Amino acid sequence: MTKQLFTGAEMVVKALSALEVKYIFGYPGGTVLDIYDAIFQQDQFEHILVRHEQAATHMADGYARATGDVGVVLATSGPGATNCITGIATAYMDSIPMVVLSGQVPTNLIGDDAFQETDIVGCSRPIVKHSFNCRSLEDIPNIIAKAFYIAKSGRPGPVVVELPKDILIPDNKGEFHIETDVQLRSYNPTKKGHPKQIKKAVKTITEAKQLVVYSGGGIVLSDASELLTELVEKLNAPCTNTLMGLGGISGTHENFIGMLGMHGSLEANKAMANADVILALGARFDDRVTNNVKKFCPNATIVHVDIDPTSISKTINAHIPIVGLVDRVIKQLLAELEHINYAPEPDKQDAWWQQINQWRAQKSVSYQQGEGKIKPQRVVEAMYDITQGEAYVCSDVGQHQMFAAQYYPFAKPRQWINSGGLGTMGFGLPAAMGVKLAFPESHVICITGDGSIQMNIQELSTCLQYKLPVVIISLNNRSLGMVRQWQDMIYGGRHASSYMESLPDFVKLAESYGHVGIQINHLEELDEKLTQAFAIKNRLVFVDVLVDELEHVYPMQIRHGKIDDMWIKKGVKA
Amino acid sequence: MRRILAILLENEPGSLSRIVGLFSQRAFNIESLTVAPTEDASLSRITITTIGDDRVLEQIVKQVNKLIDVIKITDLTERSHVEREIILLKVLAMNDKSRTEVKRITDIFRGSIVDIGKQIYTVELTGDADKINAFITTLSHETEIIESVRSGTVGIARGEKALRI
Ligand SMILES: Cc1ncc(C[n+]2csc(CCOP(=O)(O)OP(=O)(O)O)c2C)c(N)n1
Ligand SMILES: [Mg+2]
Repeated sequence: MTKQLFTGAEMVVKALSALEVKYIFGYPGGTVLDIYDAIFQQDQFEHILVRHEQAATHMADGYARATGDVGVVLATSGPGATNCITGIATAYMDSIPMVVLSGQVPTNLIGDDAFQETDIVGCSRPIVKHSFNCRSLEDIPNIIAKAFYIAKSGRPGPVVVELPKDILIPDNKGEFHIETDVQLRSYNPTKKGHPKQIKKAVKTITEAKQLVVYSGGGIVLSDASELLTELVEKLNAPCTNTLMGLGGISGTHENFIGMLGMHGSLEANKAMANADVILALGARFDDRVTNNVKKFCPNATIVHVDIDPTSISKTINAHIPIVGLVDRVIKQLLAELEHINYAPEPDKQDAWWQQINQWRAQKSVSYQQGEGKIKPQRVVEAMYDITQGEAYVCSDVGQHQMFAAQYYPFAKPRQWINSGGLGTMGFGLPAAMGVKLAFPESHVICITGDGSIQMNIQELSTCLQYKLPVVIISLNNRSLGMVRQWQDMIYGGRHASSYMESLPDFVKLAESYGHVGIQINHLEELDEKLTQAFAIKNRLVFVDVLVDELEHVYPMQIRHGKIDDMWIKKGVKA
Repeated sequence: MRRILAILLENEPGSLSRIVGLFSQRAFNIESLTVAPTEDASLSRITITTIGDDRVLEQIVKQVNKLIDVIKITDLTERSHVEREIILLKVLAMNDKSRTEVKRITDIFRGSIVDIGKQIYTVELTGDADKINAFITTLSHETEIIESVRSGTVGIARGEKALRI
C-alpha cells in the first residue's frame, strides 16, 4: 500500500484540526491561496473572513481571552502580514496565546524584494514570544504544533509562523506526521514555586500587620480566581486588582478594594502605600500601577509571584521572588497555611480594616448625575443592571474603558476584555466578535468611544456575514476624551486635535451595514432604550449614547507622585 | 562593570538576530559579540561582553534565558575563568628600524608575524583584552597601524564547571 501524501496547504489544515482549532480568522491573498483552497474543502473548523487583518488578530485575541484557547490568524504575505502587527503587539503586551500563520513569497524569491515580500519574522521579532520560518513541507505540522505549545504554555504570547508559497502548492507533497505532545530542550517553563520561598512567603504574609494582595492578569490567564478568592478569604486580606486582573476576585466581594493604579480607587492605592507586606500575584508592577517607582511603597516587603522571571525585580525590587504558575503557587501557599494551622486573628487585623474602611467611605469612585447631560458612568451602571453583571464586556481604549473598569464590577475572570498593556484603540469591536463566536448565548458588549469605534468600524460588515449580534455601546463625547482630559489637566486646556468634527451618523451607519442603530440623547430614555437594545437577540445593535463631553475620569494619580497621590475630582487632592 | 556572558542556544535561523534584537530593544549594551557552532552542530555558542550594574545584568540574563531557543546562559565573570581575544594587525614596516621593532614587540607579547608584504607586516596576537590593548599601544608608538581586526572575547570557566546540555 502506498503512503498517503499531502500538500503543504493540506498539512496546515490537518495540523490545525489535530490541534482542535474551531475558528481561524483571516484574509486571503496570493501566497496563502492554497491554504484557503484546503480550508474550503474541509469542515473541521470555520474560517471567519474579516475586513482588515488587524481585526483578525484582535478577534483571535478576544476569542483566546474569553476561552483560554489559542487564537489563530491567517494572513497573506506583505501587507496582510504587516496589518497584523498591531494585533500581535496587543496580544504580546497582555500575554495572550495566539498563532499567526503568514504567507511568504516562494523560497527562491526570498530576499529579492519580490511582490508582496516583507520579512514578517523580522518585523514582528520584538513583539512575539517566538517565531518560525518554515522551509520544508514536512516540517509544517510539527512547527505548527510547537507554535501552539509555545503560545499557550508558561507565560502565553503570540507566535508567528511564516509559510513560503512553494511549500504549500500542489506540486510538492509529503507524508504527514505530527507530534502534539511537544518537548523542547531549550524551553521548560517553571511550574511549581520553590518550596523554601513558599515557606518564607507564608511566614512574611502571616506576620504582616497591613497586608495587601495585589493581583493581575496572571490570575485570569491561569484560571486561578477561585484559588485567589480562597487565599484572600483565608488571610482575610484586602485584595486589589490591576486593570488586567479585574474579575480575578469578584468585584462585589467584601475583601475587594477596587482597581489600583492611575484610575484606581483611593482605598486600593492607599492600602498599597501603607502596606507592610504586598503579595503580588501574576502582576508586573506596570508604570500605570506604580506611579513614580522611586517613591513606590518604601516600607513594604514585597512577595512577588510570577511565571516570568523577567517580570520579577524589573521595575520594583522583590524581597521574596517566587517563579511559578500562579495557580500552582497559590495552591502551595494554601497548603503551607494549612500546614502551620493558620487562622486569621481578627483583633490583629481590625485596625487595618478600619483604616481601609475609612478610605472606602470617601467613595472616590463616584460621580454626580444631576439633571443635565447623561454621564458616561451612568451608562455603564445601566449596562450592569440590565445584564445583571453577567455580560462579557470588551472595551476599546479611552475614558470609556476606565469608566467600564470602574463601574462594572466583574464577578468572574475573562468577563472583562481589554487591551491594557498596549492600549490599542480599535481592539474592542473585533475582540467582542471573537467572544461572541465562542459564547453566542451570552451578552457580549463592546464598550467604545466615538474615536475608537472608527478604527475598526469596517468589521460591522463581518458581523452581518457571520451573524454576530454584539451590543455596541458607544459613549459618544464628540472627542478623543482621554486625550482631551490630559490636555485639560496638563496642557492648559488647549485641545489640539482631540475633538471629532464631522462624526458620521452612527445610527444610519449601523443601518447601512444591516444592523440596528439606536441613539440615546436624554437621561430619561437611557434605561428604556438600553433595555430595548439588550432585548434584541439576533441582530447587532449599535447604541450611540451622547454623553457629557466635559466629564473627566477620576480618581487619577498625580503624575510623578507616590502611588496614592491622587486627584479625587477636579482640583481636589486626596 | 564589564561582564562576559556565555550563551548556548539552538543553531537555528534567526536565533542570533533574536539575541542582538533583544539587546537593542531593551537598551542593553554590547561591547563585543562572537558566535560559532559548537562541536555539536545543532548548537551555537555566543560570547557577549557587556557593561552594566547587577540589576541590569540580572535583567539581561533573565531576558536572554526567556528566549525560546536559548538553552543556557552564564556570567563567566562571576567566577574564575579564562578569556581570550585574537587581534590581527597590519602595520607599516618600511625600514630596518621599524621591522626590527615590530618583530621585537611581537616577540615580547608572544604574538607572531603571519604575513610580510613590501612595506607591511601582518601580526597576530592572542590574549585577554588588557594584553591586546597594551600591544596596540606599544606598537603604535613605534609604527603606524594600517588596519586591525579584533575577534571579540571568547571565554570559558576554569575547573570542572562546563556549559553544556
Ligand atoms: C491606536 C491608538 N492611537 C492613539 C491612541 C491614544 N489615545 C488613547 S485614548 C484616545 C482617545 C480615545 O477616544 P474615544 O475612543 O472617543 O474614547 P473616549 O476617551 O472619548 O472615551 C487616544 C487617541 C491609542 N490609545 N491607540
Ligand atoms: Mg470619545
